[in-house]
Amino acid sequence: MDLNFIEKYAPMYVEATGLTLRLGFIGIGFSLVIGLICSFLLYYKTPVLQKIAACYIELSRNTPLLVQLFFLYFGLPKLGIMISSEGCAIIGLSFLGGSYMAEAFRSGLEAIEKSQVEAGLSVGLNHGQVMRYVVLPQALSISVPALCANVIFLIKETSVFSAVALADLMFVAKDLIGLYYKTDEALFMLVVAYMIILLPISIMAAVLEWRLRYAGFGN
Amino acid sequence: MQGLGINVLFMGNNLPRLLEGLLITMKISLLAVALSIVLGTLLGMVMTLRNPVTRCLTKVYFEFNRIMPQLVMLFLVYFGLTKLFGINLSGQVSAVVVFTLWGTAEMGDLVRGALISIPKHQYESGAAIGMTKLQNYRYVIIPQTLRRLIPLAINLTTRMIKTTALIVLIGVVEVLKTGQQIIEANRYTVPTAALWIYGTIFFLYFFTCWPISILAGRLERKWQN
Amino acid sequence: MLKRNEPLLEIRHLRKNYDANDVLNDISLDICKGEVVVVVGPSGCGKSTLLRCINGLEPIQSGEILLDGLPITDGKKKWSEIRQKIGMVFQSYDLFPHMTVLDNIILGPTKVQGRKREAAAKSAEKLLERIGLLDKKDAYPRQLSGGQKQRVAIVRALVMEPAIMLFDEVTAALDPEMVREVLDVMLELARSGSTMLIVTHEMQFAKAVANRVIFMDGGEIVESSSPEEFFLQPKTDRARRFLNIFNFEK
Repeated sequence: MDLNFIEKYAPMYVEATGLTLRLGFIGIGFSLVIGLICSFLLYYKTPVLQKIAACYIELSRNTPLLVQLFFLYFGLPKLGIMISSEGCAIIGLSFLGGSYMAEAFRSGLEAIEKSQVEAGLSVGLNHGQVMRYVVLPQALSISVPALCANVIFLIKETSVFSAVALADLMFVAKDLIGLYYKTDEALFMLVVAYMIILLPISIMAAVLEWRLRYAGFGN
Repeated sequence: MQGLGINVLFMGNNLPRLLEGLLITMKISLLAVALSIVLGTLLGMVMTLRNPVTRCLTKVYFEFNRIMPQLVMLFLVYFGLTKLFGINLSGQVSAVVVFTLWGTAEMGDLVRGALISIPKHQYESGAAIGMTKLQNYRYVIIPQTLRRLIPLAINLTTRMIKTTALIVLIGVVEVLKTGQQIIEANRYTVPTAALWIYGTIFFLYFFTCWPISILAGRLERKWQN
Repeated sequence: MLKRNEPLLEIRHLRKNYDANDVLNDISLDICKGEVVVVVGPSGCGKSTLLRCINGLEPIQSGEILLDGLPITDGKKKWSEIRQKIGMVFQSYDLFPHMTVLDNIILGPTKVQGRKREAAAKSAEKLLERIGLLDKKDAYPRQLSGGQKQRVAIVRALVMEPAIMLFDEVTAALDPEMVREVLDVMLELARSGSTMLIVTHEMQFAKAVANRVIFMDGGEIVESSSPEEFFLQPKTDRARRFLNIFNFEK
């Protein structure tokens, strides 16, 4: 293994890692917001919007991110809508992630018994307050395992960003292999990079789950 | 003035070519799923053994597959193995290898989970009415395990079909690549082809995966006793 | 200002059905301030539903309910305001598991009534002391026994200073040893002049606490009398048959 090569090109990997993490976390952020909104629509069974949310979830869960990105990046410009590479990446990831987060939130909300809602209402809380102080705190702690799994899933999905001309980790690796034939080194750094990104997140998720399982809440 | 770009679908044999590309995707994923089910079941049974060495090895295998993006695995096999062993695997074969490795890990975990979720006394109840251990497995344990597994396995199938889209990035000619070819060929005749082609591919995937996931949902509800 | 004999809660010709079934059929009932009314009857006779209708947890098809002389079922007032005047304790206590006992109790006063946290905590602690659970104020519900949880649930309703308290079979889910501690709290409340509407199976308790006993069957009020009259000399056959369930011949 050519250590000089590794030393020389490691900065490229670092930069690509930064890009991946940045876009990944923005996408995850939007996914959480979209997911929370959709879960409320499904939980409260809001007339028209509920159906729209349900359709969105089905569409987004049954199509690959790569296809969504191709459509956004190559297809939409034909309608005159030009979105940058980064924009496409974020939109695509959020579109995909939103439905996964929605499912996670929804199952948390539905796990809370109706009697908890009634107890809250009986003390004079309105529906918004019941959601905010009674249901949501409990629902969130139930959703955490699924939410964490989704975060890991979405970070893995960022590996397709090179398809929309972003200099992400896969792009760097492929480039180096093509230019210098240093396949072993390039792939080694690739694996290390993803390990560095995902192992800590994976461990943090496990710790978070463990702590929430044994702690109560205090407001 | 050209008609709507959607015409590109009906020109020549574009649509059949797209469908052929989808067929390649399906073949690869279904083959990988089939292999994963067989190997995964074996792995799952191995994972329930109390041997610390097997526990450690299987855990590492599982976690590696869980953490590494499948695209990275594809690169490792397609580019890496070629260099390492001098063998030249085609994109398609690499894909089958990678997805089988991934699918086996997931199935193994599912099988392990299903096996330990069966209440202990089910293992004993068969013996109580005189069945041999093998018969107990066949008539009591395995049907219950299957009921828990099949919806989850079908769910894995849809995920695998979607992930197979990645193989376009290692040069395999499947539906996305075919789409690109069509768009290139019609660059001047149908400039808006990209919109329609990729839109169509989007819905091709949707109408392939959606019925399968509905089936999984129905089975899960039906067997939730 | 209500005079002693003016009804605090008036229920007039209440009707409720689920699909085609009549759950409550022309119920009319008045409760005066300071009165303790106990409702008894076989399962499914509608007694829980009656309480839930009063508190707006179930919609009604016809009839009206007035609290303090003002209608509450005409849809003009917000239930979140009305429910501040009606305290309800459920069979399954339903304390909020993610909050301490104290937080459970002061959630209402602080978020709904806008009272300051320190003041609300003081009221809460006074009430907790009254029922003997002040030392548990920082505990979580999962650390309490069923009887303790139910007593906290009563305090959670009381701290809102409601005009009337509704109790829906609050001891039915408790182990026998813990029933007594809850009933004692309710007795003490009754003696201190609270207006209470209690649904219960505990006949001895009903005899001791009630000013009036209502017997319901099949969604109707069949009898309404003083506890002495009801338990010793029930007027109707159905009441007699119901009471016999509780008598065992040796």
